[in-house]
Amino acid sequence: MSIFFSKNSIAWYFILPVLAVHFMVVALPSLLSLALCLTDWNGFGKINYVGFENFYELFDDRYFKKAVWHNIVWTCLFLTVPIALALTCAYLLTGITKGQMLFRLCFFFPYMLASIISCQIWKYIFHPLYGLPAWLNSKGIDLIPAVSPFTMKETSLYAVAFVDGWHFWGFLVVIYITGMYQVDNSLYEAADIEGATKFQKFRFVTLPLIRPIFIFSIMIIIIWSIPTFDYVWILTQGGPAYSSEVLATNLYSQAFDRFNVGYSSAIGTLMFIYTIFIVSIFGVLRKLGWEI
Amino acid sequence: MIVAKYRKRELVSNYTILTILALTCILPIMLLFFNSIKPQEEFGINPFGFPITIRLANFVDAWIMGEYAQIFLNSSKLVIGTLILNLTVSGLAGFSLAKLYPRGSNAFLVYLLVGVSIPAQMFILPLFLMWKELGLMNTHLGLIIIYAGLNAPFATFLIRSYMIQLPDELFDAAKIDGANTLQLFYRIALPISWPVFLTTGLVVGLAVWNEFLFALTFVHDDSKKPIATILFAFQSRFENNWGLVNASAVMMMAPIVILFMFFQRRFIAGLTSGASKG
Repeated sequence: MSIFFSKNSIAWYFILPVLAVHFMVVALPSLLSLALCLTDWNGFGKINYVGFENFYELFDDRYFKKAVWHNIVWTCLFLTVPIALALTCAYLLTGITKGQMLFRLCFFFPYMLASIISCQIWKYIFHPLYGLPAWLNSKGIDLIPAVSPFTMKETSLYAVAFVDGWHFWGFLVVIYITGMYQVDNSLYEAADIEGATKFQKFRFVTLPLIRPIFIFSIMIIIIWSIPTFDYVWILTQGGPAYSSEVLATNLYSQAFDRFNVGYSSAIGTLMFIYTIFIVSIFGVLRKLGWEI
Repeated sequence: MIVAKYRKRELVSNYTILTILALTCILPIMLLFFNSIKPQEEFGINPFGFPITIRLANFVDAWIMGEYAQIFLNSSKLVIGTLILNLTVSGLAGFSLAKLYPRGSNAFLVYLLVGVSIPAQMFILPLFLMWKELGLMNTHLGLIIIYAGLNAPFATFLIRSYMIQLPDELFDAAKIDGANTLQLFYRIALPISWPVFLTTGLVVGLAVWNEFLFALTFVHDDSKKPIATILFAFQSRFENNWGLVNASAVMMMAPIVILFMFFQRRFIAGLTSGASKG
């Protein structure tokens, strides 16, 4: 009996509750998903094993391919614009002392807003009747046509990405500036003596020294771009005409409008495999001695 | 002198660029406030400015028409329920991982790391079917369990990393006095670790208050919905009644703004804690 009350067992009893909750909510349904992606189940009838049929079907599915492409575009957008903005901003912030905290709070605050609220703000700003383009038109400035970019096929994806980016980029500013403050000031002084320009200091002192945080930010952007859902669903529901459809909304409508359990599990499984693939790449790089 | 002048010019350009960027972050949120106290007639002539006549009754209307007394109760129930369940289980686990040194705990840490990498879409449909079988659909308890599970890895890691710094001597002394393991947890570890519980609680509470996907999927009764999904329905129901819609959004944001004013540093440290650890 003593094994049940050994120090080690007691330690595990403390872990058990969290394991139970997490296993029930995340691990068990994920395993079910792994099994269901090989079936053609629709949620009600018999469950038939169909092998990799769902995956073959997926690779022929026009809308799925569109969604994959949109996720790639989304990832590329987030890897460039917010990172460039946040790096500049964090670097400029390190150069000032007065009001720095206030600036930081301003940049960070949108990150705390609920997706539904950010979406509502920008829906209003781009509203065809009340929004900024209409207002500019009424003042005689015909720069942009007064239509909502969320309802146009050409712009919907970028408009949604813009709103999500607006909400997100302040987060990057804060993590970059934390990294930049760990840089030893004497390095900048040395660079000053050498006569380095502002850009050279940034390129050769700041950037190499915040590399761990920089690489971390790239990793989370790649990982977080895959399941992106809220902004697309709230603003466009993937439309118009699938022009802003991403994997998550594709999966969601397959799952909850059509109850294609097998099919949507297949999409989920692919998303999972991709995420694990990305995480392991960064894991391997770390093992290889890339300080990340 | 030349250097000083150059610096000064540089400073001006720094502040200009930063101010413009900060305004793009803050002005849209200010606009939300302006529009929440603007009468409906004014939107046509004054879509972006401060309201000419202030109409606070937007809030009253929204509160009554949206039945927000019930909705805010729902959201608060979800936040408090999740915090109780999540902090209890994660606190116990974090304590054990930090101070009880269980054999094989590394395997559990890897499990949690894989757990945070799984996209929600991977498991949401099987979870939906499970919850239906268990009768947890359309219940707050069902959502509370989901939120506690989703946030468990984050909370466990954060609490563990705090408790790991506590000196072992503290616990050894209590053990000599005859305290059992559970007493070590709630008599010693818990009272001195309150800062990490506060930070974790703020971050998890914020996540639950703002959460959209699971609330959308697991609660369909309007009377049981939290504020995030009610606002989603509200936006299409009263599409062009901007005063009402904006007042609702401000009410949803208010608790966050107030808490953020008191706990800025904790929020920022908590939300970016993953980054500093790498």
